[in-house]
Amino acid sequence: MKISAFHLMPHRELPADFETRYESVWVTPPWWELADARRVGQYYNWTLDELVYAAKCGFDGVCTNEHHQNAYGFMPSPNIMGSVLARATNGSPVAIVQMGATLPTSNPPIRVAEEYAMLDCISGGRLVAGLPLGSPMDVNFCYGITPMEHRERYREAFALTLKAWQAREIFAWNGRYFQLANVNLWPRPIQQPHPPVWVPGSGSISTFDFAVDNDVCYCFLSYSGAKAAKTMMQGYWKVVTDKGREPNPYRAGFLQLVAVAETDARAEEKYARHVEYFYHKCLHWPIQYLSPPGNQDYRSLVATQLNPLRRPENTKALRYRDFVEKGYVIAGSPATVRQRLEDEVVKGLRVGNLMVLLQIGSMPHELTLENIGLFAREVLPHLRGFWDDEGWVNHWWPEQLRAPKAAPVAAGVAAGGGA
Amino acid sequence: MTTAEREAPPAGTSARTVAVWQNQVRIRVLSKGRGPALVFFHGPWGLTWDPFLDELASRFTVHAPEHPGTTPEAPDDIYKLDSLWDLVLCYDELFDALGLESAVFVGHSFGAMVACEMAAATPRRARAVALLAPIGFWRDADPVTNWMTLDPEAMRARIFRDPAGEAARRMFGPSEPPEAAAAARIRLMWAMGATGKFIWPIPDKGLKKRIHRVTAPALLLWGKEDRLVPLVYADEFARRLPGARVQTVEGCGHAPHLEQPETVARIVGDFLQP
Repeated sequence: MKISAFHLMPHRELPADFETRYESVWVTPPWWELADARRVGQYYNWTLDELVYAAKCGFDGVCTNEHHQNAYGFMPSPNIMGSVLARATNGSPVAIVQMGATLPTSNPPIRVAEEYAMLDCISGGRLVAGLPLGSPMDVNFCYGITPMEHRERYREAFALTLKAWQAREIFAWNGRYFQLANVNLWPRPIQQPHPPVWVPGSGSISTFDFAVDNDVCYCFLSYSGAKAAKTMMQGYWKVVTDKGREPNPYRAGFLQLVAVAETDARAEEKYARHVEYFYHKCLHWPIQYLSPPGNQDYRSLVATQLNPLRRPENTKALRYRDFVEKGYVIAGSPATVRQRLEDEVVKGLRVGNLMVLLQIGSMPHELTLENIGLFAREVLPHLRGFWDDEGWVNHWWPEQLRAPKAAPVAAGVAAGGGA
Repeated sequence: MTTAEREAPPAGTSARTVAVWQNQVRIRVLSKGRGPALVFFHGPWGLTWDPFLDELASRFTVHAPEHPGTTPEAPDDIYKLDSLWDLVLCYDELFDALGLESAVFVGHSFGAMVACEMAAATPRRARAVALLAPIGFWRDADPVTNWMTLDPEAMRARIFRDPAGEAARRMFGPSEPPEAAAAARIRLMWAMGATGKFIWPIPDKGLKKRIHRVTAPALLLWGKEDRLVPLVYADEFARRLPGARVQTVEGCGHAPHLEQPETVARIVGDFLQP
């Protein structure tokens, strides 16, 4: 399987009373009261250093993501971060996993196709192209896209992106939301016919259908762990088989928070307050932000209202031990983490493309490096071969990096393009 | 609650569903009363037949169309319309389908904006317009609250002077039993989504460029305790509609016709049919 290090780039020093003093970590957190640009510059550099370190330690990929006006994750342009990572990891067998640039808010959306093609060229063909719908907070609240048009814009932008990468001829795109008379992308990606595509989702039925119909890797970027995702991922796999696709575990990606220490007790000592910071402060927003009217289509709205499968738990009432027990976070000794990841996530959800969040909330730089290093030494090697004996091909991973123990790619990547 | 019960028109009204926009948009129209034709454009929270419309029906033939997408069994029809211009033309076709050359218009909130757009686009159709707490303009110093970003309780408290009163219960539907409550939430959410499509994220979509075309006599009616669309917006409308009458009503918020149905029906009725 493939295991990648994910990063949110959070504010690591929110005030102790943040969640009682402010209404939300997202959309409305006041910059001038809460942040300092020089300090934030330090956060960005720590983030990059942590991901580069993960790449050096042997992770299969490094992941960035896009959010706006959000104190728990402020990479408004993941591609700026991704380009640094692509350059810094040249020569290493590590994928640049952009999870990614949000299509409906990139105007025109071929900007994403262009930047991803640049990243693929710079990295020598190591890009994984995440094409997210984007959250309502980012897309509707911060970027002004009408909730009811959000999904339609996404679908049109998705089709345009795929065509822009592959078309041999210059074409005109006369869409409902986007009109471009001369689409002729410069550059094109190295990977042919296009880089592998991942689509993140949060459990809506229409996204399952979309992911399977388009034969992409469906990724559940969850902060709630595998137990909470079980029913949903079963729903995904049912759609996969119903639509006649093979149950290749690499069709599924999952994000899991992980904290490793020498022993279970040490993990609690080292990580408890950072985990609580994450769930108490970083995930602090009004619940209705998740579904402004019209964002869900009618079918999904009815399904949610009549059968609210996933009543969100009040995480503010939970403490470290609850988060660990309930599987929100997999934390403990290497043995504990290995076993739980394998049972709950890899086997339990049938996941081939695992993402782990190792910098959690307020976790400082040095501790983050410890967590990354320990995971890479004590956990990653044990999980890596999990699906190998079943013989599945990870079609959703850069081809040159698919082999279980890929040799480092040639250093002169810039010259290697065009295959 | 079965689909059939949810769909049943209120007692005393007749319902017909008209297909416009090359049969792609189905609009149910509730009608009642006798007298001159009156078209009621409902607000962002959907159409509920209420005592205000009953009052008007004693003097007018009231036609109350459901905004595209809010007609039962036709939720996805809203995807056939992209812009406010499409919506206005859709209503223009609806008037023809109803056999209405012209009518008096009454609109509430979002619906009042649509009524005003209609009166600007097709001045011959509007004999008079009564706008109840209309939206359509924007002042940085007095922002219109985006109700679609509020939780249900906060929204209720913003719309109504008395959030626990009968008018609020009528708009928000039953809280019991669970199935009826869920159906009410779905109805409300979808109505806000289908109307919000035309005003997100700021409800200023160019009416200021078109409102000069309105020739019909206009009444601007505001609840004195409107906490959603501040009273200053009455000035925005009044200065662009020369001769418009501005009337404020005590004891109500953003839904004056629901909280003070008799008073508002009397003022509106007297204005439209002196």
